Amino acid sequence: MISQNHMSLTDNQVKFLEEKANLIRQSIIEMLLEAKSGHSAGPLDMSDIFSALYFHILRHKADEPTWSERDRLVLSNGHICPVLYATMAHSGYFPVSELKTLRKFGSRLQGHPHREFLPMLENSSGPLGSGLSQAVGMAIADRMDNGKVNKKFIYCLLGDGELDEGQNWEAFMLGAKEKLGNLIAIVDRNNIQIDGFTDDIMPISPLFDKFKSFNWHVQEIDGHNMCSIETAIETAKAVSDKPSIIIAHTVPGRGVSYMEGRYEWHGTPPGISNVEGAPDKAKQGEVALEDLRTLHGRITSEHK
Amino acid sequence: MNLNPKIFDKDVEQVPIRKGFGEGLVLAAEKNKNVVGLCADLTESTMMHLFKNKFPERFVEIGVAEQNLASVASGMSAMGKIPFISSYAMFSPGRNWEQIRTTICYNDRKVIIAGSHAGVSVGPDGGTHQAVEDIAITRVIPNITIISPCDAIEAKKATLACLDVKTPVYLRLAREKTPVITTDETPFVVGKAQTFYEANKALLKKEKIDVGIIATGSLVFKAIMVARNLEKKGIAANVLNLSTIKPLDTEAILNLAKEAGAIVTVEEHQTAGGMGSAVAEFLASSHPVPIEFIGVQNKFGQSGTPEELIEYYEMGESHIMKAVERVVGRKI
Repeated sequence: MISQNHMSLTDNQVKFLEEKANLIRQSIIEMLLEAKSGHSAGPLDMSDIFSALYFHILRHKADEPTWSERDRLVLSNGHICPVLYATMAHSGYFPVSELKTLRKFGSRLQGHPHREFLPMLENSSGPLGSGLSQAVGMAIADRMDNGKVNKKFIYCLLGDGELDEGQNWEAFMLGAKEKLGNLIAIVDRNNIQIDGFTDDIMPISPLFDKFKSFNWHVQEIDGHNMCSIETAIETAKAVSDKPSIIIAHTVPGRGVSYMEGRYEWHGTPPGISNVEGAPDKAKQGEVALEDLRTLHGRITSEHK
Repeated sequence: MNLNPKIFDKDVEQVPIRKGFGEGLVLAAEKNKNVVGLCADLTESTMMHLFKNKFPERFVEIGVAEQNLASVASGMSAMGKIPFISSYAMFSPGRNWEQIRTTICYNDRKVIIAGSHAGVSVGPDGGTHQAVEDIAITRVIPNITIISPCDAIEAKKATLACLDVKTPVYLRLAREKTPVITTDETPFVVGKAQTFYEANKALLKKEKIDVGIIATGSLVFKAIMVARNLEKKGIAANVLNLSTIKPLDTEAILNLAKEAGAIVTVEEHQTAGGMGSAVAEFLASSHPVPIEFIGVQNKFGQSGTPEELIEYYEMGESHIMKAVERVVGRKI
C-alpha cells in the first residue's frame, strides 16, 4: 500500500548497483583466496543487499564514519564479514588493497569483526544471536533522544541459521513491545548453516508467520533483485508503529556456479579443499573469478 | 577512615547493600542525563524501582530475558547512553556471561552490570539463587572493572563513581541487611583498597602486625569484628577493605603482605577464582607469603537463614579466627 506511489530504481541505478555487487563478490573471492580461511556462501549471497544498502539506501559518510546522524548497520552474523569489509572498502572507508589482509596477524580486518581493530564498525560480532538485541538497544536510545521523528534508521542483518539462538526471540519481543518503527531487520534466508540445510538442522519455517505473530511488519523478497530490495526497505521505513523485518530469499554462494546452493561452502574458502561438484582446488579461485567477471554463474542459475 | 562510630555496638544499623545501589542510581541519573536503567523483571528486588519511579522515561523493562538485557544495553551504550542493568547475579552476569563478554566488554561498550543477591546470604531462596561464582566468571574478562561494596553507603558511592569509570563495570550486591560500616565521609575511590581496621601495635608492643585480613563485600564487617577480638588475644591484625576486585590495588596488597608476612582473604564466593585467588595470583609472583582463604569450598548453596548458611559454609567469625591462627602458624 505504502509503496504504491514509490518510484523504484531506474534501469541505470539497477545496473550501477549490480555492478557494485559484482565487484564486491570479486573482492570477496580475492580476499578468501589470500586468507585461505573464512566463509564463502553467505558473503556472496548478501552482496546485492550490501550493495543496495551502502550505495543507495544508507545515510552514511565514508570520510566521517562517526557522523552522529548516520544510519546504523549492525551485522549480527559476523562470519559474513568479508562482504561487509569488501563493501566498506568499495565505499571508500579504507583502501581496497587492505582487503587482502583479511584474517592475518595485525590486520584491521579480523576473522570476525572487532571494533578495537576497526573502530568504524558499529559492533563486534561473531557469536550468533546477539546483534538484534544491540540494534533494539540502539533504536530505543534513538527514540529516547529524538522521539518518533525517524531521522535515522537502525538496520540489523541476520542469518537464518542464527535464528536458532533464543536471544533473537527475546529481542523480537522487545522490539515489538517498544514499537520500534526505526528498526529494520533483514534476514538472509539462504537455507543453509554449517552442518547442512536449515530444514534438516533445525526447521525454522514458517518464518513469515513467526515474525508476524511476534507483531513485526514482515515482507518477503528476492534478495538478489535490486528493485525488490529497495522497495521493501522503503516500505519498511514508512511503517512507523512497529519494527520491520525483511525475509530476503537468497542463493548461497550466489554468482559462483559451483558454490550456488551448496551448504559445504558455508564456512569454506575457495582453493583449499576439493569439494564435490567443484573444480579441483587449484582451479577454484580462477573459476570463481571467471564466473563473476562473465556473469556466467548468474546466467546458469537463471536457466535452471 | 571516618567509619561508623557505632560499628561495635550491638544495635549497629543494618541496611541491605542493594539499597545503596538503588539510591546511588538516582544520584547518578540526576547528575548525568544519559544514565538509563534496564531491568529483567526484578525492578523492586534490585532496588531499581527508585530510579524507575523518578525517571520512568529513562527506564526500560526487558522482561525475563537477561541475555537480551546485556546486549540491548550494549546497543544503548553505542548511542551515547550510560546503561545500568540489574538482575540477580546468578542471571546477570551468570546466564548472560557471553553477551557481557562479547557485546559489552569485547565490544568496548560501557555498561554497568549490577548483580544483586550475590553470595549464600540470599538465604531461603536456596542454591539456585545464590551466586558464588560471579567474581570468578567476570574477573577473567579483559576490559571490566569489578566492585564489591561492603555496605549500603559504599554501594551508593560506588554506583555514583561508575559514571567516571572508563570500562564496563560489574557491581556485586548482596540481598540481606548488612551492618553499616562506613559513613558519608569515608573515602571511596575505584581501584583503591582502604584499611578499615588498624591493630594497636603500641598497645600490643609490636613493630609489625601479625596478619593482614583482606575482605570484600558483606563479610568485611565480620573481618573487622575478628581483628578486634584478635587484639584481645595479643594478635595484631589489619583489615583491608578490597572493594575493587579488578583492577587490583596491588600497592595496598603488597604493603600489607610485606608488613604482616601472612594473609587471610575473606569473601562470600567460591574460594576458586574469587577475590582470594586474585590476591594469591598477585602475591605469588611478587611477594609470596602464606595465605588462607575464607569462602565457599567447591559447594552449591542451599536454603536457610543467612547466619546459618554463613556458618555452614565456614565463613563465620570463628572460621576467620581459625584461618588467622593457621596462617600465622605457617609463617617462616
